[in-house]
Amino acid sequence: MISTGDFSRFLETFAARIHAAKEELTELDSAIGDADHGINMDRGMTAILELLPGLQGGDAGTLFKQTGMKLISTVGGASGPLYGTFFLRLGTAFGTATEIGPTELAAGFRAGLEGVIARGKAGLDDKTMVDAMVPAVAALEAGIADLPSALDAAAIAAAEGRDRVTPLVAHKGRASYLGERSAGHQDPGATSTTILFESLRDALRAG
Amino acid sequence: MVALVLVGHSPELLSGLRAMLAQAAPETPVSVAGGTDAGALGTSAPRILRAVRAALADAPDGAVVLLDLGSAALALEMALDDLDPAERVRVRVSRGALLEGAVRAAVEAAGGGALAAVLAVSEIPPGTDKLPDDWPADGRPPG
Repeated sequence: MISTGDFSRFLETFAARIHAAKEELTELDSAIGDADHGINMDRGMTAILELLPGLQGGDAGTLFKQTGMKLISTVGGASGPLYGTFFLRLGTAFGTATEIGPTELAAGFRAGLEGVIARGKAGLDDKTMVDAMVPAVAALEAGIADLPSALDAAAIAAAEGRDRVTPLVAHKGRASYLGERSAGHQDPGATSTTILFESLRDALRAG
Repeated sequence: MVALVLVGHSPELLSGLRAMLAQAAPETPVSVAGGTDAGALGTSAPRILRAVRAALADAPDGAVVLLDLGSAALALEMALDDLDPAERVRVRVSRGALLEGAVRAAVEAAGGGALAAVLAVSEIPPGTDKLPDDWPADGRPPG
């Protein structure tokens, strides 16, 4: 079972990895966006770190709902509403439970993904975070009988999704202003989503 | 009276625009949502929601929202999702250019224009009457 404390460690790990990747994400975004993805995500996740001490003793739903609300108000770019919606849906799915089983974990991530798609209206091959999140959630669901290997498969699937769309032309967000010139650039949103699934794997494995 | 809501990434940009509108149409209520809660460049759904609600409180005939760039649309949509149905029917979102659309809309609203009329003038393509008619169409300086 996964406790609220485990999830809190996942968010800490995600915040630390985003902070470490801030320059890389900003560089990727300066090629095809407005050079703010690293700065925005780091600002949002730093704000989450300040919330965690007050939330890790409570239920998983509150932890992720508060995370979502904070990201919506602090991140700024399109990633604020998108990651904010993801965590809000995750929080709604987990409700007042303080211990989450593997099946509930996968269902929560499925709900989060559906929220991101409903909010951003991006599909596969639009070259967004959805291209990393769809295969990652599918891998998590497919292997959920063995949680550690499912988490590993999800992280690998996210990275493969991220790399698969690099040659494509972006169709959403600021990157779409560039048209054909966006082809060949790795997508910053798919990159931060890959970091999310790698953080989940590493944080839960450490527990 | 119809109010305007200005949504953008830069608080400084919007406060400058608000000052211009106050000069052109001092009667028109204008509320702004620029930057994030952390004071950074960007947009924030809660700030946009507050600005829309403030505009609706000032303006019985509704509010027209203008945004600086398409990347503000996601936060705007999230904010509008939180409005009550009675509030939503009094809101229109403009596809017009922020600066020129806001100036046209503010003047129309000050003159007593209805919600549809304020929206319509805000969406006139920018630049159509910016330069004298006899200037070259290809952008070369006149003369």
